[in-house]
Amino acid sequence: MRYQKYISIFLFLFVALTATVHGETPEAAHVKSELANVEKQFDPSPIVLHHIADSHEFDVLQLWSVPLPCILYNTATKGVTTFLYHEGKEVNGYKCEEGEIKREDGGFFIDMSITKNVFTMLLAAALLIFIFTSVAKAYTTNTGKAPSGLQSLIEPMFIFVRDDVAKQCIGPKYEKFLPYIMTIFFFILANNLLGLVPLFPGGANVSGNISFTIVLAVIAFIVVNFNGTKDYWMHIVWMPGVPVPMKIFLAPIELIGVIIKPVALMIRLFANMTAGHIIVLSLISLIFIFGKVGASLPGSGLGAAIAVPFTLFIGCIEVLVAFIQAFIFAMLTSVFIGLALEDHSSHDEAHAAH
Amino acid sequence: MISPVLLDVAAPGIAAIGAGLAAVGAGIGIGMIGKGSVEAVARQPEAINDIRSLMLLTAALVEGVALFAVIIALLKAN
Repeated sequence: MRYQKYISIFLFLFVALTATVHGETPEAAHVKSELANVEKQFDPSPIVLHHIADSHEFDVLQLWSVPLPCILYNTATKGVTTFLYHEGKEVNGYKCEEGEIKREDGGFFIDMSITKNVFTMLLAAALLIFIFTSVAKAYTTNTGKAPSGLQSLIEPMFIFVRDDVAKQCIGPKYEKFLPYIMTIFFFILANNLLGLVPLFPGGANVSGNISFTIVLAVIAFIVVNFNGTKDYWMHIVWMPGVPVPMKIFLAPIELIGVIIKPVALMIRLFANMTAGHIIVLSLISLIFIFGKVGASLPGSGLGAAIAVPFTLFIGCIEVLVAFIQAFIFAMLTSVFIGLALEDHSSHDEAHAAH
Repeated sequence: MISPVLLDVAAPGIAAIGAGLAAVGAGIGIGMIGKGSVEAVARQPEAINDIRSLMLLTAALVEGVALFAVIIALLKAN
């Protein structure tokens, strides 16, 4: 029964991955374009998808856009080109079109630009470094006194993560992993909260970017499996205390479980953040749908009267979800580390006895 | 059976139905978590802090599973 969860998640992901392989027949594309031409209504999908994805410029209120630097490395000539992104600009054989950079001759280049997500991650890192160094300094200058200022903000969160997450889940050796768990919690939290701020410099959907979450999941995978004791690996490939046919049957299932747990971490954070952003953007698009893109003013008023309270409500839930998702990621990572470090010597005699 | 053209055009609609089913599953799951935690607090009010953090953790895990299905629906809803 324990493994039913792993098997069902694996089957689900397997079906999901194979389902995306199917392409689109030409007749279906023709029918779809016919349907789109019949009613020229406001279609929120491209706007919503554009705001969730990464891009090379910040646009503030759709009037001004803050361009971000593009840093491109050409592997053939080994030359670095840097320029500020502007739609339609052409520099050195690179062309900026439709939010992407393409080379004239279709050659291969490494794109190390500062995009919206990279900018937000750097901003979150700078904010966290500033906050934590000033809090640490305050602890040395105010020894023995009550915490004040930023200390009173950081201290409850820090102690909560240290006691209720790390110490409880990892066990006696928690101090070695405390910097990693703290980094996970506060970095994900800072990126989630910066994604909720509507104006520049916030508003970038970092944690809803699968590249961000896959890197966090890979690091968690490496940390958990490189710290696995012999007992941990024995319980995966050769579970003690069960008959030999069961051992052979359980080994592939447990091995799949080793991969699936970080994948579930990745998808959970990505889906929660992306779903929240899509809901907020769709509610705002409701104003435009009701007002028929500016053609009808009372329609826009009605749309705003419906959409704005809902968006406020969803915004409050989004702040809660930001904290909860950071906490869940940190807690599940510490649970996995605790499972990997667990000392089985006390109950392995009970396994072997019967 | 059903022609491929019809299936391709109806794919976003079927994806939306799938997302709705995921929402039903999430609603039932989180409702049961709420029921269990409220009953536990009624039995033992001094354990409310432990029960609250356990409830939030379990609710986030259940919602994660429902959101796997939402991602699939988003992928097919082009």
